[in-house]
Amino acid sequence: MNKVLLIIQREYITRVRKKSFIVMTLLVPALIAAMYAVIAYVATDQNETMHVVNVIDNSGQYKGKFQSEKYVKYNYPDGTVDQAKVNLKDDDDLVLGIPANAKDTVVLYAKKKTTLSLTDNVQRQMNDIASGISLVNAGIDTARLHQIKSNIVIKSSEMTSSGEKSTSIGATYALSFAGAILIYMSIFIYGAQVMRGVIEEKTSRIIEVIVSSVKPFQLMMGKIIGVGLVGLTQFILWIVLSAGISYFVGHSSSSSQSPIYIFMHNLGSNAGYEIGCFIFYWISGFLFYSALFAAVGSAVDSETETQQFMFPITLPLLFTYLLSVSWLFQAPDSPLAVWLSMIPLSAPVAMMVRIPYNVPGWQLGISMVLMIVGFLFTTYVASRIYRVGILMYGKKTSYKELVKWFFYKE
Amino acid sequence: MLSIRNIVKQYAGHTALNDVSLEVKSGQVFGLLGPNGAGKTSLIRIINQITAPDEGEVYFDGEKLNQSHIERIGYLPEERGLYKKMEIGEQMIYLARLKGLSRDEATKRLKLWFEKLGMQTWWKMKIEELSKGMQQKAQFVATVLHEPDLIILDEPFSGFDPVNAEIIKEEILELNKKGTTILFSTHRMESVEELCDSIALLHNSKKILDGPIRDIKNTYRNNIFLIEYTGDKLEFNGEPPFELITETEGFDYSRTIKIKLNKGNTSNDVLKYLIPKTHINMLQEVIPSMNEIFIEKVSLIP
Repeated sequence: MNKVLLIIQREYITRVRKKSFIVMTLLVPALIAAMYAVIAYVATDQNETMHVVNVIDNSGQYKGKFQSEKYVKYNYPDGTVDQAKVNLKDDDDLVLGIPANAKDTVVLYAKKKTTLSLTDNVQRQMNDIASGISLVNAGIDTARLHQIKSNIVIKSSEMTSSGEKSTSIGATYALSFAGAILIYMSIFIYGAQVMRGVIEEKTSRIIEVIVSSVKPFQLMMGKIIGVGLVGLTQFILWIVLSAGISYFVGHSSSSSQSPIYIFMHNLGSNAGYEIGCFIFYWISGFLFYSALFAAVGSAVDSETETQQFMFPITLPLLFTYLLSVSWLFQAPDSPLAVWLSMIPLSAPVAMMVRIPYNVPGWQLGISMVLMIVGFLFTTYVASRIYRVGILMYGKKTSYKELVKWFFYKE
Repeated sequence: MLSIRNIVKQYAGHTALNDVSLEVKSGQVFGLLGPNGAGKTSLIRIINQITAPDEGEVYFDGEKLNQSHIERIGYLPEERGLYKKMEIGEQMIYLARLKGLSRDEATKRLKLWFEKLGMQTWWKMKIEELSKGMQQKAQFVATVLHEPDLIILDEPFSGFDPVNAEIIKEEILELNKKGTTILFSTHRMESVEELCDSIALLHNSKKILDGPIRDIKNTYRNNIFLIEYTGDKLEFNGEPPFELITETEGFDYSRTIKIKLNKGNTSNDVLKYLIPKTHINMLQEVIPSMNEIFIEKVSLIP
């Protein structure tokens, strides 16, 4: 056991000391902070261009009724549409041609493409004005109508045994997405690191020295755990640094609270449960897949040869990931989602998508048990292939060969 | 020290070791000989517990081989290699700690070794910055750092330049003098006669010969002698105690004959017979070299 600790220590320290680790650790929060800064800047940007809409009203119903807003001003020049078009001075000015017959099309002329929000604004105001006129014509008191018009905003509330609590659908969505994406990405990033580590030991031929001191299984587990800890360290540093940076950026751009704080707040009292599940599926998913990656690494002589073995490993995960972000989150209780969240190959991603939608306890339980059984199984299979593979040089390996290795005695 | 009993090891399709038994005594330098593919590395891997035999047992100091013996064995594999990106000092200490040494003890011993072999400046260097010969020197240190009772060297001299090979040879002999048992495999016979006390010859997964070198050579003596004399060409009339095999003429009237003793005669009988006839410069027994024995043995087996 002591030796496994030694191996974990080496794997961890050599990786954490690498420049690439330090760069990645600093770069990601910096990018997040930069993104946040850009968003904050755009949101508070006051310098949007002023549009002047010249309304040529041939119907006579709209004149003077448009309300000028922040970025839109309405003018009512005399003359025809064509004259107004010729008279346009500024590139950002427009001409709104309203025909005499209400059934004809209203046209908004512009020198540049009009933005959606501007067209919306004009359309909304015209509809309001038209319906107002219709109401008055039908003898309805519009002032009265405005008074009784309801203004409903929906606030979602979950009913649980411990009473109602407010949750934010947005934060829940974000968590299920972020959880699935993070697990998917880190399985590939850190799984590939395990594989590369195995290949490195094999090609540098140090493997034989090491396995004369420790059992191949100890070496494999030490490597997997060491790399896993590197992954966890990176995640924790990312979260801490991002939180720190965005807190400062948030302050300087007059937003009062850091987005991470708001996010956690919005998750409500479920935060602990959801983050706990994330950590469980991250760890078990990583162990499940990195054992397979280690086996692949042991079977080949260089990284270029890994393709044929990588494909069947990555396919189910990629499939689940694509399905999760495109469809599963809309139907978290569908049979497909339930099945995918049970099968260990797809569970880490699929279950993360389902977690925010109150997965029944028994399903979560079965999924977790299967995950543990799954990674014990892959670790067992991988270690049997690994112990033979690491000592095989210069042979092109086939699947048939791998099966043979599995059945070799010690 | 090491008792290997009836080892059988099979890989899919072929047998690597077929009923091989060996005894390595404590304090010996033991040579494991054989052409490539004879099963030397397979046997060495079994002793190192990298693989397990299908049948048979290995005993280490009278105990059945187990995990506790790992720390008492040092192993230099044929395919050498270290972590390329790791600093040498750190790497050596790591490898020694895997063999059960404490960090302090490993550091202390490593300093001594580095001083001894003139490697002090290498401590902070990475393996990839060293030449191949230097890497091998470093790996040799890694093999012996934990002061094992048994050192196993797989083809130790391949890849060393003559100067370093000599240094390593000296170190091996010095360790042996201090009581370390050495087991090494090779297919180069010159090093065998120089270094080994005992050998075993493997061929086609079987052991075909083993024992102390002296005994082996004795059994391969066939009473052949070389004699050099000065004078006229001799006629071997009467009843010579030998049969003439070849005769060659040298410089300054010297001639060399190669003879085989007749049964029951000794070299003294030859001298008695020749001294009255001529002036003898030299008499020497022709003992087959390990190389000749090796080739003879191997070529006898199809």
